[in-house]
Amino acid sequence: MTCTEFLAQLDDMLDQDAALPLRADLQEHLRGCEHCEITLSTTRKTIEIYRSHELYELPEELRDRLHKAIVAKCRKC
Amino acid sequence: MAAYEKLVKQYDRQVFRIANHIVQNREDAEDVVQDAFLKAYEKLDQFQGNSKFYTWLVRIAVNESLMRLRKRRTGRMVSIDEDVETDEGSMPRDLADWSPDPEALYGQSEMADILRKTIQGLPPGFRVVFALRDVEGLSTEETAQALGLSVPAVKSRLLRARLQLRERLSRYFKRRDQKQAQDGAK
Repeated sequence: MTCTEFLAQLDDMLDQDAALPLRADLQEHLRGCEHCEITLSTTRKTIEIYRSHELYELPEELRDRLHKAIVAKCRKC
Repeated sequence: MAAYEKLVKQYDRQVFRIANHIVQNREDAEDVVQDAFLKAYEKLDQFQGNSKFYTWLVRIAVNESLMRLRKRRTGRMVSIDEDVETDEGSMPRDLADWSPDPEALYGQSEMADILRKTIQGLPPGFRVVFALRDVEGLSTEETAQALGLSVPAVKSRLLRARLQLRERLSRYFKRRDQKQAQDGAK
C-alpha cells in the first residue's frame, strides 16, 4: 500500500469504518511508515481538540434574550 | 407553543454553534438562531418526519447562515460549494509529531482562539461539513441530508477539511515550538 492509498482511507481509519481485511492492510502500512502514523495521530488529535473546546458558547443571558425574541415572533405569526 | 419552546431550549446551543461556524460573526449568528427557529415554526406543517427534527432544523439554520454571509458580502453569491475545489491540504506537508501535547502548552482560552482562527481560514463548504460531522456528531448520512449533498461529497469534503485543519494547526504549533526554542537559547 502506498501513502496516497493510505491517505484515501484515512477517514475510514479515523471513523473506524474500515472493513477488517482493509484495516489489516492499513495497520501493516502504518507499522512501516512514520509519516502516515504522524498524519493519522495528529488528524485524530485535531478532531479531539475541536470536540473538547467550546468555541462559541451561548451565555445564559443571551440565551434568555433569544428565547424571548423567538417566542414573541412565533406568537405573532 | 410550550412544546416548541422545549425544542428551542433543546437545540439552541447547537444552532448557535453551527451558525457561528458558518457566518463567523456573533451578531449574525444571533440573528440566524432567531430566524431559523422562526422559520422552522412557520414550516412545522411541512416537516414530514422522514428525517429527525434536528437534521431538518440544521438544514434551515445552514440556509439562513449562508443568506447572512451573502448579505454581508453585498449580495455576492455564497454557497456551500464555494472554494471546495482547492487542492490545499490534500497531501500532508508538515509531518512533525505534536509533542509535547499542544493542549499542555496553551491555556483554554488561548487554545480556543487558535482553533477559531484556524477554522476561519477554511472555505465555508469545508467548515460546515467539519462542524456538523466532527463537532456536532451528526452521521455522514445526516450531514449529507442537512446540507443537500451526496454522501461521497460529504466524505470528500470531510477528509480535506480534516487534513487542512491538521496542516494549519501543525504550522501554528511549530511556530510556538520554534519561539520557545529561541527564547530558551537567549
